Amino acid sequence: MTDQEILAGLAEIIEEIAGVPADEVTPSKSFVDDLDIDSLSMVEIAVAAQDKFGVEIPDDQLKDLTTVQDVVNYVAKNAGSTA
Amino acid sequence: MGILAGKRILVTGVLTDASIAFHVARVAQQEGATVVLTGFGRLSLVERIAKRLPAPAPVLELDATSEDHLGSLARRVSAHVDGLDGVLHAIAYADPEQALGGRFLRTRWPDVATALQVSAYSLKAVTVAALPLMDAGGSVVGLDFDASVAWPGYDWMGVAKAGLESCARYLARDLGTSGIRVNLVAAGPLRTMAARSIPGFEKFEDVWGRRAPLGWSITDPEPAARACVALLSDWFPATTGEIVHVDGGVHAVGA
Repeated sequence: MTDQEILAGLAEIIEEIAGVPADEVTPSKSFVDDLDIDSLSMVEIAVAAQDKFGVEIPDDQLKDLTTVQDVVNYVAKNAGSTA
Repeated sequence: MGILAGKRILVTGVLTDASIAFHVARVAQQEGATVVLTGFGRLSLVERIAKRLPAPAPVLELDATSEDHLGSLARRVSAHVDGLDGVLHAIAYADPEQALGGRFLRTRWPDVATALQVSAYSLKAVTVAALPLMDAGGSVVGLDFDASVAWPGYDWMGVAKAGLESCARYLARDLGTSGIRVNLVAAGPLRTMAARSIPGFEKFEDVWGRRAPLGWSITDPEPAARACVALLSDWFPATTGEIVHVDGGVHAVGA
C-alpha cells in the first residue's frame, strides 16, 4: 500500500464514521482540533482501519496519533508485519 | 458439547473487543450458546465488533435508563431467540470528571444518581425486562469490582458497585422461586474502555501486580469471561446471590 492509498482508505472510513467529507481529510489535519472527532469515534475509526488495512492500532497507541498523517504513517509502518 | 450448548444468552455491554462482555460473548459461543448482544450509544461500533465474534450475533439497542428500551426488550430479543437462559449485565457509568478521580467529597447528587441508576439499579431493570423470556428459569450474571473496601479514584463507582452487590442479593431472594440465579463476578482490573475512564487506574495495576497470589494480567479478560460463562451454565445450580472473585486471589490476602 502506498501512503496515498492508505490516505484514501482512511478518508473513506472517517467520512463514514464521523461524517467528515473525505476531501477534507488531509494529512496535516488534527482529529480533535480540525476534524472534531471524539475519542469513541477514534476507537471506531481504529477498528474500521484494522478491518480495512489489517493493521491493529492498540488503544494505548491511539492517543499518540493526533493527525491524519500520524495514522497513515502508523498503518504504513505496520502493514507488512501484521497483515 | 460445550457447557452452554443450546443456551440462549443476552449479553449487554459490548463496546470494543477489549470489553469483558465481548469475551463473555465469544466464550459463550465457543461453548455452544446462541448470543444476542445489546449496545448503548455507538451501535455502529458495537456492530463492527460483533463481526469479530466466532458466529454472527444480532445487536439490539439498549439504554438501561430508558423505559421504552426496557419495555420493548423482551419483544425485540424474541425476534432472534424464542427465550432466554441467561443474561450478562455489563453496564456501568459514572462521569469521570465529577464522580471519579478523587473528588468524592465534592460530587453532587445528580452525578451520584446517574452512577447509581446506570450501574446498580440497572441490574434490576434489565433483569425484570428479560423476565418474560425466562419462564423456564435461568442465570443472571453481573460484573462487579470488589466494593467491600474503598479504592483510590474509584469513588462513587465504588458506592454504585456496593449497591450492585446488594441489588444482586435482593434479586436472588425474589427470583429464586422462579428458578433464576443471580450472581456477580468481581474481576481484578482489566484494561477496557471503561477502565480508561478511571483516573488513576494505574494504581490498581500496582496493587494487583504486588498482591495477587496467582498473579494477574490486566490485558487478559479470559479468566473473568470463563467465570461468567460458568455461572451462566448449569454447573452452579444451587448458587445464587454470590460474588465470585476472579482477581488472582487479591481479595483473600491482607498485603
